[in-house]
Amino acid sequence: MKTEIEIAGVKWKNPVTVGSGTFGSGMEYGEFVDLSRLGAVTTKGVANIPWPGNPTPRVTEVYGGMLNAIGLQNPGIDVFCERDLKFLEDYDTRVIVNVCGKSIQDYVDVVERLSDEKRVDMLEINVSCPNVKEGAIAFGQKTEALTEITKEIKKHAKQPVIMKLSPNVTDIAEMARAAEAAGADAISLINTITGMKIDISKRTFALANKTGGMSGPAIKPVAVRMVYQAAQAVKIPIIGMGGISTAEDALEFILAGATAVAVGAANFVNPYATIEVIEGIEDYMRRNKVEDIKELIGAVK
Amino acid sequence: MKQKTSAVIISQKEIAPGIFDMLLKTDLAKEAHAGQFVGVYPHDKSTLLPRPISICEADSENASLRLVYRVAGKGTAEFSKCSAGDSLDIIGILGNGYDIRPLLEKKIVLMGGGIGIPPMLELAKELKAHGTEAVSVLGYRDSQTFLKEDFEESSKLYIASEDGSVGTKGNVMNAMEAEGLVADIICACGPMPMLRAIKKYAAEKGIPAYISLEEHMACGVGACLGCVVKTKEIDHHSHVNNARICTDGPVFLAEDVEI
Ligand SMILES: Cc1cc2nc3c(=O)[nH]c(=O)nc-3n(C[C@H](O)[C@H](O)[C@H](O)COP(=O)(O)OP(=O)(O)OC[C@H]3O[C@@H](n4cnc5c(N)ncnc54)[C@H](O)[C@@H]3O)c2cc1C
Ligand SMILES: Cc1cc2nc3c(=O)[nH]c(=O)nc-3n(C[C@H](O)[C@H](O)[C@H](O)COP(=O)(O)O)c2cc1C
Ligand code: FES
Repeated sequence: MKTEIEIAGVKWKNPVTVGSGTFGSGMEYGEFVDLSRLGAVTTKGVANIPWPGNPTPRVTEVYGGMLNAIGLQNPGIDVFCERDLKFLEDYDTRVIVNVCGKSIQDYVDVVERLSDEKRVDMLEINVSCPNVKEGAIAFGQKTEALTEITKEIKKHAKQPVIMKLSPNVTDIAEMARAAEAAGADAISLINTITGMKIDISKRTFALANKTGGMSGPAIKPVAVRMVYQAAQAVKIPIIGMGGISTAEDALEFILAGATAVAVGAANFVNPYATIEVIEGIEDYMRRNKVEDIKELIGAVK
Repeated sequence: MKQKTSAVIISQKEIAPGIFDMLLKTDLAKEAHAGQFVGVYPHDKSTLLPRPISICEADSENASLRLVYRVAGKGTAEFSKCSAGDSLDIIGILGNGYDIRPLLEKKIVLMGGGIGIPPMLELAKELKAHGTEAVSVLGYRDSQTFLKEDFEESSKLYIASEDGSVGTKGNVMNAMEAEGLVADIICACGPMPMLRAIKKYAAEKGIPAYISLEEHMACGVGACLGCVVKTKEIDHHSHVNNARICTDGPVFLAEDVEI
């Protein structure tokens, strides 16, 4: 039985990674799971300089999910390389570094800084964070802007580039095609869906940022639909995510056309979720006599 | 080692209107200390996130954790309907808690306000077990003085009540003044206005005050950066002026945080 997959020439031992920002750099969840069992660890978005993020409350629960407006707090690329990448050296897993910025130059700075880092296997470019006022999401919502930033990053990147798409668009297929045409090696989706919650007793917004990105089980049908539409539109591999908490959820994404999947907010609900998803996929393959996971990718009829 | 585990409820009772006292059987009790907390998961899958609840008492011999909580919303309402024999999933032990060594043989005043009272009990007990009897100053709304006897057993107790029905009329600061209490160190948990008053008082007196902070949390383990508080200095982990309440706290030295 083969669970190995390949994205842009990078082999993963299994198709399971984590959603950026839901797993830190693996340090915190390393107490719960053996990181070497994961196909890849995707790290929290990192910028060229430290970002303080948004005021609190930054997280709140909604029916079947949550909203977050962390605002991409991060320690900056220097600390990230010295501490987080060094920590990951001890694990036998792929490392995907999620990159954020406010201008194209910010992204390019980070990508260049990472070009000599041996521990980085892939780059994931977050052009879709709904919680940062300037820049960021604009790149992910207009095809022209997405094309421009993808091309620019591809010029400077040494590692394969995954463009992370926003679900907050009218036509996801069009965005996927733009990323592919501009040279992206892969795409990942979905990032969070912009939402809002109001506290009726205080008559205030539940989040200081007013809006936040929704994630968790409640967004899964939207995510599966978008992964399917993207898979129909492009040939490059897709990393699917959005509400995955079980192997059954993950298999829906794979059948819809995802080569790999990411477990996001489910880590908060069950810190062992990644391992349970990996084992559950193996179990499904055994029960259904699937020899190679590749047989399942896009196999929905 | 932190873990998510299932814990059986040994007993649960309502000790004041809307305030519940729950005893859980779990080996996590062996690692639990004053100031730390656990995340308790509701069964209802529409409410996904763990509810942070402080350790009111940890008994490592009997592997039991005592949690005292107020029904505030959906999750705590669900917990309150559980009975002995039911199980709950919990994640823990979370947070840094108190380092009690620097507190020993000092004049310690423990201050608890409202639902901030329960976490001070384990601290009073740990101090007493190490031979230091603390002074507790607890602020209640009215005569529903939950946990009063427990605090009397392990500390010298003073009470304030908002309606004046028990002890000093007013808040914990009023009681402190009325009773002429002096402290080398203050440890406190309670509503934000109380913590701000304590921070100011401690700065004026030039004494350290350790305060327990609260913020909405998602992961509880330091990964999501949801639960931060502004810090005076650049934080060692985040490299910005933000510390994670779930891991770098919930107990902070008041002068280190901007509240
Ligand atoms: C470190 C820490 C220790 C705590 N210890 C205790 C304790 O010992 N006893 C006690 O009664 N309460 C305690 N609280 C507050 C308690 O966590 C909330 O009252 C509880 O989460 C409310 O959940 P709910 O589902 O009933 O309310 P809902 O309003 O339905 O909750 C919705 C979401 O908001 C979160 N939330 C709501 N209020 C708070 C709050 N005040 N702080 C943090 N998250 C909140 C919930 O966890 C949940 O994710 C503590 C909070 C923190 C951060
Ligand atoms: C607390 C939190 C922080 C996140 N931070 C990032 C981030 O830094 N970069 C990014 O590209 N996506 C970020 N995301 C989005 C997730 O990676 C993922 O795309 C999204 O949550 C949907 O998956 P889920 O429903 O499984 O959580 C974050 C999500 C959450 C909940
Ligand atoms: S709750 Fe996630 S970092 Fe504190």
